[in-house]
Amino acid sequence: MNISSHRRTRDRVVTVLTYAAMVFVLLLPFALFVGLAVKSDLLFREHSLGDLLFSSVWRPSSGEFGFKPFIVGSVYVTLLAMLISCPICLLSAIHITQYAPTRVAKVVTTAIDILAGIPSVVYGVWGMVGVVPFVGKIAGWCGIQSNGYSILAGGIVLSIMVVPFILNILMEIYRTIPRELTEVSLSLGATRWETIRDVLNRKALPGILAAFGFGFARAFGETMAVLMVVGNVVKIPEGLFDPGYPLPALIANSFGELGSIPEIESALMFAALILLVVVLIFNATLRWLIIKAERY
Amino acid sequence: MESNMNQGKEGRNIERPFAEGESIIRVDGLNLHAGKTHILKNINVEIPKNKLTVILGPSGCGKTTLLKCMNRLTDLTPDIKVSGNIYIGEQPVFGSKTDIVALRRKMGLLSQRPFPLPMNIYNNIAYGLKLRGKYTRAELNELVEYYLRQVNLWDEVKDRLRSPAVRLSIGQQQRLCLARGLAVNPDIILADEPTSALDPVSSEAIEKQFAALSKDYTLVMVTHVLRQARRIADYVIFMYLGEVIEMRPAQEFFDDPREEQTKKYLAGAFN
Ligand SMILES: Nc1ncnc2c1ncn2[C@@H]1O[C@H](COP(=O)(O)OP(=O)(O)O)[C@@H](O)[C@H]1O
Ligand SMILES: [Mg+2]
Repeated sequence: MNISSHRRTRDRVVTVLTYAAMVFVLLLPFALFVGLAVKSDLLFREHSLGDLLFSSVWRPSSGEFGFKPFIVGSVYVTLLAMLISCPICLLSAIHITQYAPTRVAKVVTTAIDILAGIPSVVYGVWGMVGVVPFVGKIAGWCGIQSNGYSILAGGIVLSIMVVPFILNILMEIYRTIPRELTEVSLSLGATRWETIRDVLNRKALPGILAAFGFGFARAFGETMAVLMVVGNVVKIPEGLFDPGYPLPALIANSFGELGSIPEIESALMFAALILLVVVLIFNATLRWLIIKAERY
Repeated sequence: MESNMNQGKEGRNIERPFAEGESIIRVDGLNLHAGKTHILKNINVEIPKNKLTVILGPSGCGKTTLLKCMNRLTDLTPDIKVSGNIYIGEQPVFGSKTDIVALRRKMGLLSQRPFPLPMNIYNNIAYGLKLRGKYTRAELNELVEYYLRQVNLWDEVKDRLRSPAVRLSIGQQQRLCLARGLAVNPDIILADEPTSALDPVSSEAIEKQFAALSKDYTLVMVTHVLRQARRIADYVIFMYLGEVIEMRPAQEFFDDPREEQTKKYLAGAFN
């Protein structure tokens, strides 16, 4: 075997290997989906999809599985977290990349990396001793009875947890915008703020959408910290100070029952399936928005 | 004393190879440091009104930096220190009382590569117009057409004014950028190697534009293409290692270079 055929063989092997790895990665979400769907099948034999998604009665012992309280709880907590964190992240990313001196930007970047590395259970504990009593107090001032374990507490803790992730992406987005674009806008007589508002933000839009989407997906699936502060009461929350019970918390709290009653196991698989599908649909929608925004 | 050397304030030699009172930009003892590097070294030079002045010099000698000082884009780099000043007419560029937004509006900017704004073709022109004042829709339409015609782009884009500017070819983009700069009605146009990213045809188009514009505008153009400078420059400023070596009328500069570095540069020694 001469050298060149040796090299050609190696080339081919590498091509096949990389291809196989790619196929494997592409199959993963599909495999996950199929696995969960198959395991949820038992539940579908006795309940319609409509019943499962829109009924509020959750009585596993008597075979009633209404997921609405969990779905609504998840949506509330996640939306609240996004509502708090997105504006904060956007404004601070703009300040750090456009106004702050290099040294300050470096310090902040380091701090954010540290925040991103903190385990979620730490945020949870901090939420229990810090955020929950605080929320309880606010409820008191508003004349509402609440021990603080609530949608609001969950939203606050969650919002703080996603800040480093969203902020990191946003800073990267603003940093990659060519400086010349700023120069051009300034030279046309725009102020710094007009430039940011009309030019940089427009240029950053696809990235901003991606960052928010990434944050949403993370927040929607975040389990531990939320579970510790949100109250975990199966009831559709009617206000910020009401407790809630998001989907990931349901799974985490009941996994001990896996393997005991088949129907409950199937219900938990279905809960996981809902999480997966929501995140997939959300990502697909976002892709589409990003592609639309990338025209410029 | 050479004929084109004029005694400036505080005994500095100001490069001004033309009569006093004809200048629009006066660089007065300008020094610029970035961290520990001394990038611009005591620059004293005046630029004549409604002429095309070319800044020549080997790569890294500070041409871009000098250009960016003129409309204070150096503000975007926080660790830069500037001493001395530049005057646009009577207005100092560096100074806390300077209305830099108004001053920048007097100076169009054309960069090395075209950077269209992330908007459609129409709005690329309208953006500057809207910053300049209030216009009705009809007035805007008229002005957008006017400036696109100025750069011979109208016929090429009139049917797709609403499509993203980035879809244009690089050459078209650069002409769009020129039109965008002209639309805010500046007195001065600063251009940093505006043809270096373009194909020969687009490059020639921009060059012709510049030659024509120099009747009504003061053009300051950085270039590294000697032949281009020879073709269109009225005056040449030659820089080397952060200093202005000489400023001369173009003809004289090329036919009868005075300084040793200039001669070497023209002979191609720095490339
Ligand atoms: N922000 C900065 N910090 C440090 N050095 C810089 C900075 N900007 C430019 N320089 C240096 O200043 C010199 C002049 O740069 P520039 O004006 O871009 O040169 P030219 O346009 O003539 O090629 C170069 O050596 C460059 O590395
Ligand atoms: Mg340069």
